[in-house]
Amino acid sequence: MTDTTTPGDLLYTPSHEWLRRDGDNPDEATVGITDFAQDQLGDVVYLDLPAPGTPVAAGEVCGEIESTKTVAEFYAPVSGEVVATNGELADTPELVNESPYGEGWLIRVRITDGAGLEGMLDAAGYRAQAEAS
Amino acid sequence: MGESHGPGSDGGLHTLTLRDRHEVAGSRFAPFAGWEMPLRYAGTVREHEAVRERVGVFDVSHLGRVWLRGPRAASLLRSVTTFDVNTLEVGRAHYSLYCNESGGIDDDVLIYHLPGERWLIVHNAANADEDLARLQSVAGDDAAEVTGDTVMLAVQGPEAIGLLSAVLGDGLAALAPRDCVELDWAGSPVLFARTGYTGEDGGECIVEAGGAGALWDALVGGGATPVGLGARDTLRLEAALPLHGNDIDGTTHPYEAGLGFAVSLDDGAPFTGREALVEAKARARSRRLCHLMASGRGVPRAGFAVHEPGGAAVARLTSGTFSPSLRLGIGMAYLPVELASPGVTLEVDVRGRALPVEVVRRPFYRKARNT
Repeated sequence: MTDTTTPGDLLYTPSHEWLRRDGDNPDEATVGITDFAQDQLGDVVYLDLPAPGTPVAAGEVCGEIESTKTVAEFYAPVSGEVVATNGELADTPELVNESPYGEGWLIRVRITDGAGLEGMLDAAGYRAQAEAS
Repeated sequence: MGESHGPGSDGGLHTLTLRDRHEVAGSRFAPFAGWEMPLRYAGTVREHEAVRERVGVFDVSHLGRVWLRGPRAASLLRSVTTFDVNTLEVGRAHYSLYCNESGGIDDDVLIYHLPGERWLIVHNAANADEDLARLQSVAGDDAAEVTGDTVMLAVQGPEAIGLLSAVLGDGLAALAPRDCVELDWAGSPVLFARTGYTGEDGGECIVEAGGAGALWDALVGGGATPVGLGARDTLRLEAALPLHGNDIDGTTHPYEAGLGFAVSLDDGAPFTGREALVEAKARARSRRLCHLMASGRGVPRAGFAVHEPGGAAVARLTSGTFSPSLRLGIGMAYLPVELASPGVTLEVDVRGRALPVEVVRRPFYRKARNT
């Protein structure tokens, strides 16, 4: 965790995703992977993300992230439907490394079941969990 | 292995002499062949690009280094390696192999011929103990490991020779590929060879430990980007250079691996594996190490199955990675000869998805040549 950041206004999963509820629609959220996760993965080279319209379920695999070193699965933090995928990542996957909480976001989800939110961690909880792992 | 840096407290791994400098340079470490090695500093892709476009420096002190000296050295070396060292002039280095009696490749090595009947053999780290034992079994006390206290730095990239000339002396630019010389650098002996494992121009320096930190500082201060094992692998794979333990091992022979240039049979001299290699050379090949380039998204990795389109598996990848230069997946596999031709299209099973690949000529990447 040494040099990586964990913004205080996001929610986190133990599997290193973050979720931000923003914008005009309170039922929608932006999802990505944490700075710690991108740092562990190394250079991201391909992402396999769910297309808009795809249903996702909290805690289940919904995509894959390939780095030069390894491949990691990406878990949906909440249940709902994908409404947007970050198309910039097809040509510039390095955005996930350079801006994991900004331009390197992965998907936007319309939340149909907020149950998953209750199990998410705040920044302090996530840091404690990541440092212990 | 460098005996002077015995297993440390960290899980019995050998520690690099310059570990502190790697840490200052931002290294993330990983265990490799019994050593705690820099895996990456600024990031594998950035380090890779630095070597392709400018110059990078690698600490490769994990490689085994053994001296063989004296009037018997050449004939002893000839008896255990595939290349005829008697043709190797003083001041030259050549790639060679240790084969077993079946002709399989027990290790691939670089042999340097130095003045005064001295030979240096550089071994892969994972095989260094066995290789030293092999040399000692034929040479006895004539084989002596470089007594640990050296550091080996590879400096690679289009700007490498310029930087090395500025640091070590102007004479280096006049050296041909695989030439080697001994220098004195600020009071420290340095063995320099115009060799490498990236497909770029450059060289490798073996320096006494006492002078190693200053040499590292001069190279990095002169613009060399520190490069870890992650980029060492992507660079060598783009250059289609085999990695022992992955692409070649005791069950593969040099001819099917495309390494016939490292085997001398014409001098008639006996060496371990010669009989099997004579037979292998005469026999029709059943498979050949081939180079595969992906045409779709996905990273082929070592161990993944290679199929004919829609058909059964015909091979497994011995290496695979994402090529930062080509921005595509690349890999190697031993294909049946009927499929081992450039242009043949196949599929790699990437966790259940078929990634289309094409057999291409080696290397995947060739450095731009100045005209």
